Amino acid sequence: MKILVCISNVPDTTTKINFTEDQKSFVTAGVQYIINPYDEIALTKALELTEKQGGTVTVINVGDVTTEPTIRKALAIGATDAIRVNGTPRDAYYVAKQVAHVAKDQNYDLILTGRESIDYNGSQVAAMVAEMLDLPSVSIVKSLTIENGIATLEREIEGGKEILNCPTPLIVSATEGMAEPRIPNMRGIMSARTKPLVVVEPLPVPQLQEYVKYDKPAARSHVKLVPSDDVKKLVDLLHTEAKSF
Amino acid sequence: MAHDRFQGHDYYQVDELLTEEHLLIRNSVREWVKKEVSPIIEDYAQRAEFPKQILKGLADIGAFGPYIPTEYGGGGLDQISYGLIMQEVERGDSGIRSTASVQSSLVMYPIFTYGSEEQRKKYLPSLAKGEMIGCFGLTEPDHGSNPSGMITNFKDAGDHVILNGAKMWISNAPFAHLAVVWAKDENGDIRGLIVERGMEGFTTPETHGKWSLRASATGELVFDNVKVPKSNIFPEVKGLKGPLGCLNSARYGIAWGAIGAAMDCYDTALRYSQERIQFGRPIGGFQLQQKKLAEMITEITKAQLLTWRLGVLKNENRATPAQISMAKRNNVNMAITIAREARQMLGGMGITGEYPIMRHMMNLESVITYEGTHDIHLLITGMDVTGLNAFT
Ligand SMILES: Cc1cc2nc3c(=O)[nH]c(=O)nc-3n(C[C@H](O)[C@H](O)[C@H](O)COP(=O)(O)OP(=O)(O)OC[C@H]3O[C@@H](n4cnc5c(N)ncnc54)[C@H](O)[C@@H]3O)c2cc1C
Repeated sequence: MKILVCISNVPDTTTKINFTEDQKSFVTAGVQYIINPYDEIALTKALELTEKQGGTVTVINVGDVTTEPTIRKALAIGATDAIRVNGTPRDAYYVAKQVAHVAKDQNYDLILTGRESIDYNGSQVAAMVAEMLDLPSVSIVKSLTIENGIATLEREIEGGKEILNCPTPLIVSATEGMAEPRIPNMRGIMSARTKPLVVVEPLPVPQLQEYVKYDKPAARSHVKLVPSDDVKKLVDLLHTEAKSF
Repeated sequence: MAHDRFQGHDYYQVDELLTEEHLLIRNSVREWVKKEVSPIIEDYAQRAEFPKQILKGLADIGAFGPYIPTEYGGGGLDQISYGLIMQEVERGDSGIRSTASVQSSLVMYPIFTYGSEEQRKKYLPSLAKGEMIGCFGLTEPDHGSNPSGMITNFKDAGDHVILNGAKMWISNAPFAHLAVVWAKDENGDIRGLIVERGMEGFTTPETHGKWSLRASATGELVFDNVKVPKSNIFPEVKGLKGPLGCLNSARYGIAWGAIGAAMDCYDTALRYSQERIQFGRPIGGFQLQQKKLAEMITEITKAQLLTWRLGVLKNENRATPAQISMAKRNNVNMAITIAREARQMLGGMGITGEYPIMRHMMNLESVITYEGTHDIHLLITGMDVTGLNAFT
């Protein structure tokens, strides 16, 4: 099985988010980057599939050279090789175009992404790539098995779950539950040194979206503690201050 | 222990002095410690038990012989990688780091450096995988800081030797598969031998009642006419320089490890000081608490720069034993001072197992004593700068 996993390079979940004075961009100084956690789940699933059934796992990232530590980590976790499209991602369309361009003649049986990246949370790339390559796509998948060219996928839906079958090749976006991410071990880190990381130049792609302004959410107000035996006070506060009713 | 919210601290952008691979190693070990050590360590420390189930994980993350060449199953990594691994493991617990230090620097290092090719092939790969655990017997009941006075000895008996004596305070002894033992031959020369569990007359009683390194197993090594094949003696070394070479390597790792313990205490106290409200404001807003925190991060930063430089020298094979002594002494003292201050910052909560500080503080009492006491390292520096021996 030949699998492509899209990984994006996102700020660590504990990062303190700040924006520049003109509110047009995110301040990157001092920020630690990680593999997008949902992409890590996708990567782990890809490894589980190829460990059982044989095959290769290629990871692809659209980003400049500063994303290479993230790519190297994906190789240390176990990917076979990596492709970096040397462009600066500006919107989902740009990224999807680059991924689709790389993937179009490669006959991947499966393309995996995370359900969304935890920075911009767009959730668009998987569906766009599927459209561009004319492949079926299933989003926000909790469990995935592939047998004899048929993928069985499980999704959570309101009040229950949905089981789908879909022939390969297809595109799947992963969410929690699909696999338990792995921590790179020393053997993995050492073998990542010599695994191929190919850099390709990006296609010229027009920018369809423009970020106008970022705002931080309003600061949370202080918690007010109400004694557990004073229900009346709680109700009063809900009426007058929290205004929930 | 409450959920591990640790974040590393890098006030002087020392990370920029590290390679991409160093950072990957460090972050991977950090993640592993959060997943495998933090959730269980308090319980094991309270019960004074070593968590044996993590041995394989320690091996997988590269904590056993990271700088031993790959052909013997080691990691083939540099000294800074070794230091970073020790730092992160000790961030979890000094006892777990002790097991890794002993295995890497006091067992694998001498087998690799002083052992025969046959000994290397026989032991190193299983030690690297954690399938075999080793211990290191130098200290004796009557000879701690002065190991050259040791009385453990062996006598020639044809194809084997007969070993007699006792070692004390030996980390990993109660469950180790083998012991690297330093003993005198009939000429009074110190030699190293590999003693295996199961050899007749060899026992390893456990030392109970420790208030420090409770999650590390400590014991004695007792040799009562133990027959050790001559092929188990290290052919390549004679004299105190054998064990001292091992200690150099371990002390180097401890200098890094102490930063881990210190960072965990600082990180915990910093977060607590921002969340704990007294007199209507976070205690971190009071000058007395800020003084503590400011001094802590200053000392941690100095220690980081010291070990980074020492690591570069060690990679170039230029670090002197006296330089290593300085770093071990400075950094462990830095960590124990920070642990004591940080503990106070948490008030009553600081003495509980909800937070890691008291455990680190108690652990560091061993760390400041073993591998050369705080005093002994000072004497080493003193002798190095004056040329005068103040030991005896
Ligand atoms: C938990 C733990 C684990 C250990 N693990 C190991 C192990 O795996 N293998 C091993 O071989 N050993 C191990 N040790 C032993 C450790 O290395 C010794 O405890 C240490 O070397 C000190 O020896 P001692 O305890 O006999 O103290 P002593 O040497 O008796 O020292 C007592 C005090 O006297 C001071 N002192 C001694 N000589 C001088 C001097 N010349 N001038 C000024 N002051 C001096 C010391 O600094 C110290 O403060 C371990 C110890 C502990 C606590």
